[in-house]
Amino acid sequence: MTTQRAPSGLIGASIRRVEDPLLVTGKGCYVDDIQLPGMLHIAFLRSPYPHAKIISIDTAAAKAMPGVVAVLTGDDLSEHLKVPVPSIVRGMKIPPQPVLARGAVHAAGAPVAVVAAESRALAEDATSAIEVEYESLPAVADAEKALEPGAPLAHEEFDSNVCYTVTKKGGDVDQAFAAAEHVVRMHIASPRLVAMALEPRGVLASPEPMGQGLTVWLSTQGPHRARADLATGLGFPEHKIRVIAPDIGGAFGSKGPLYREYIVAAHLALKLGRPVKWISTRSEDFLTTNQGRDQAMTSELALKRDGTMIGLKVRVAANLGAYLQSNTAGPPQRMMAMAPGCYQIRNCHVEVVAVFTNTVSTGPYRGAGRPESVLNIERLVDKAAADLGIDRLEIRRKNFIRPEQFPYKTGVGVEYDSGDYGRSLDEALRLSNYDELIRQRDQARKRGELVGVGISTFVEPSGGAGFESGAVRVERTGVITVLTGSSSHGQGHETAFAQVAAEKLRVSMDQVAIRHGDTLAVQQGVGTFGSRSAVMGGGALAVAVDRIVEKARRIAAHLLEAAPEDIVQADGGFAVTGVPEKKVTWRQVAGAAYGRLPKGMEPGLQETVFFDPKREAWGFGAHVALVRIDRETGSPTLEKLVLVDDCGVIINPMLVEGQVHGGVAQGLGEAFREQMLYGDDGEALTGSLMNYAVPRASDMPPLVLGETVTPNPFHPLGVKGVGEAGCNGAPPAVANAVMDALAPLGIDHIDMPYTAPKLWEAIRQAESKKRS
Amino acid sequence: MNDERITVGITVNGVTHRAVVEPRTLLVYFLREQLGLTGTHVGCDTSQCGACTVHLNGRAVKSCTIFAVQADGAEITTIEGLARDSALHPVQEGFREKHGLQCGYCTPGMIMSAVHLLQANPRPTDAEIKHALEGNICRCTGYVNIVEAVKWAAERMRGDHVSR
Repeated sequence: MTTQRAPSGLIGASIRRVEDPLLVTGKGCYVDDIQLPGMLHIAFLRSPYPHAKIISIDTAAAKAMPGVVAVLTGDDLSEHLKVPVPSIVRGMKIPPQPVLARGAVHAAGAPVAVVAAESRALAEDATSAIEVEYESLPAVADAEKALEPGAPLAHEEFDSNVCYTVTKKGGDVDQAFAAAEHVVRMHIASPRLVAMALEPRGVLASPEPMGQGLTVWLSTQGPHRARADLATGLGFPEHKIRVIAPDIGGAFGSKGPLYREYIVAAHLALKLGRPVKWISTRSEDFLTTNQGRDQAMTSELALKRDGTMIGLKVRVAANLGAYLQSNTAGPPQRMMAMAPGCYQIRNCHVEVVAVFTNTVSTGPYRGAGRPESVLNIERLVDKAAADLGIDRLEIRRKNFIRPEQFPYKTGVGVEYDSGDYGRSLDEALRLSNYDELIRQRDQARKRGELVGVGISTFVEPSGGAGFESGAVRVERTGVITVLTGSSSHGQGHETAFAQVAAEKLRVSMDQVAIRHGDTLAVQQGVGTFGSRSAVMGGGALAVAVDRIVEKARRIAAHLLEAAPEDIVQADGGFAVTGVPEKKVTWRQVAGAAYGRLPKGMEPGLQETVFFDPKREAWGFGAHVALVRIDRETGSPTLEKLVLVDDCGVIINPMLVEGQVHGGVAQGLGEAFREQMLYGDDGEALTGSLMNYAVPRASDMPPLVLGETVTPNPFHPLGVKGVGEAGCNGAPPAVANAVMDALAPLGIDHIDMPYTAPKLWEAIRQAESKKRS
Repeated sequence: MNDERITVGITVNGVTHRAVVEPRTLLVYFLREQLGLTGTHVGCDTSQCGACTVHLNGRAVKSCTIFAVQADGAEITTIEGLARDSALHPVQEGFREKHGLQCGYCTPGMIMSAVHLLQANPRPTDAEIKHALEGNICRCTGYVNIVEAVKWAAERMRGDHVSR
């Protein structure tokens, strides 16, 4: 692997990352690495109660402490300072979310006061000198319990805990269920998860001298959207704010929205005229950063006796937490849009009831509705196969959308672009030596061991969420600057996008610089989330490069005194077709573009594209898992996991594999270990890494990766996203394997995570039932 | 709050710094904020994540779990001190070669733990590598390529040893 290879063949090559030399030597620059002269630090005093009235706050002692510059409560701030939340569902309730609590708190961790001081330690010291008197109110943490009559209200000003109800439907569900020869009914709850990006959230806001503007370094997935939200939340003009996303230490969806601490920091920076930094502690992160999943799904799948799926009803209770972030309503929508999965189910009715509780807000976390949806349909399909005595491969193949049916509009009215689900399943079976796994399982079962094989097949929608921008500028010396609106937080954009630009421009990668993450440098953009960057940022870049090439071709034709149609691209520039020695370099073309051009030709060599393909890209895949459960202890072991992903054309296989590995690790965390737990009263029980278990190195099983390639027919590069594939496919494959292992005990379904105590308890109960 | 200040002498990456610290100053903040060595990161507040791992007298330690005053007189190596004469340490090279990092936040701590492992055990098995990295959390890579990176580095370091 080398960056010095010939320019052609870059797309599809495992090029080492250009980002890495800085990051492996400690020269990365994350928000907390920046220190500015005169910088203040802020710390928040947060509510220990999930739901309470604030009776009084006394800040006098804190204000008197040395090094303390300001102490503010909600009453000290204008009520116009608030987190902007778009109303994405008609009629949805939007609870007030002042940047500091006013009168009441609705989740533990809600900020009640802020201290600005000369050091982080002094600010934290002073928060503990603030006296707050609360009156505790009844609280609710579980979404389904919050829907029961008489449940405590998460927000006392609303008449129920329902934020909104929304339905997607297609076909005639009632008729399908009337005609059903078998109906599978299940209740499946996805655990609430913590994104746990290793870099906690953080912001540094610095007023420009003379009070003209504000520069904000922010750990964010989308600097332009953050800037607009900050302008709105702060009441400060967008064009006077510069947001810089420096190196970002992971995000996984959780750094999408503009959180209230950022508005407070920016407000204080303007008010005090000094730079203000806030860096979340890990404990704060557990109480304030969007969490994921926590959708409880009640489903019915209607089938013919031969396994043909004819109808699907799903009701989702989606736990939104107490306060809405700008993207809190996203994951339930996503869940609905892919409810039928890979299958032809013409009659669907999917309803989401979005519920307020006194917990941390939820929002996109790697998968963002996809894993919930895939888990639901894949568990239903396995149960249907078991009920009807049909092989689980056969029932899937029988109902798959077939390759010739694409583009295919599903039963919930969403169009999939392309796919070959049978092929990826076959490849996963081949790589896993599936028949041999089944033979091993059956032998183990005869010995009384609990061994199961599980499969999952899934779609992975990517792209979407509006547009993405890409600008390509050929500089005067012929080197190329790419400005992408798709800012990176670890994915390797600077490498992958350089591969695309260099290949299409026929230059070496070191001639291309990818710039992102700075609203002053980069045209309006959207950001990185939802597996969208290769599709959206890559698409914008590809189109911009094509336009550059077309303009440059005309300039080259002028320089070479040939007709534009006789000019072809050559390594490093252009040549006259059939006369390779008659050529010009990019430097010569750029020299002309910024120098002398014939009449009628506009100077410059820069193109900006706002790319919107108006459709999503639907990747897909199949996973096979082999799980063994120790009968005595309940301890599960994932002995093998085979993953086949199809993300269309691959730009950099090494990066794709890295995305799959990471997604799988998070999926296995969900399957075996991770769950954010709240007591019935809303108290967080797993508020730190002491008791919230993320996977460690030794938790990873042997992985076997495979691929099929079905190019995206609607994309200039043929690509689809892959960032969430691993966490979509792995949990249901594991769930199906665990249930397969426990099938001999008559156990029907257990919700993730599959911890040893939970499995031990289920095994013990099943065995005692059998004995009696 | 304690207003006491203590003078310490700590050698970091070969340079001895005499500095005045508060008794409560953690080594990681001394490195990051007083010396400006921001390659050592803070990822948690319960000594779980390992992003702050440095070498103290040759041993990998979590610098969020040690007060700066406890490091008085000690020799510290941080990620910034690992590359010699602009040549990457084989473990740093291995992380790049094998795509052992994505966002890069855990990487310095991960590399410092791996270097310590390879100093003690030049031929670790996969299980030994995973065990040695038990105190370092990575949320991006799923650890697969981190293990590969450490193996790559181990081979490379053994090879260098033989060629000398």
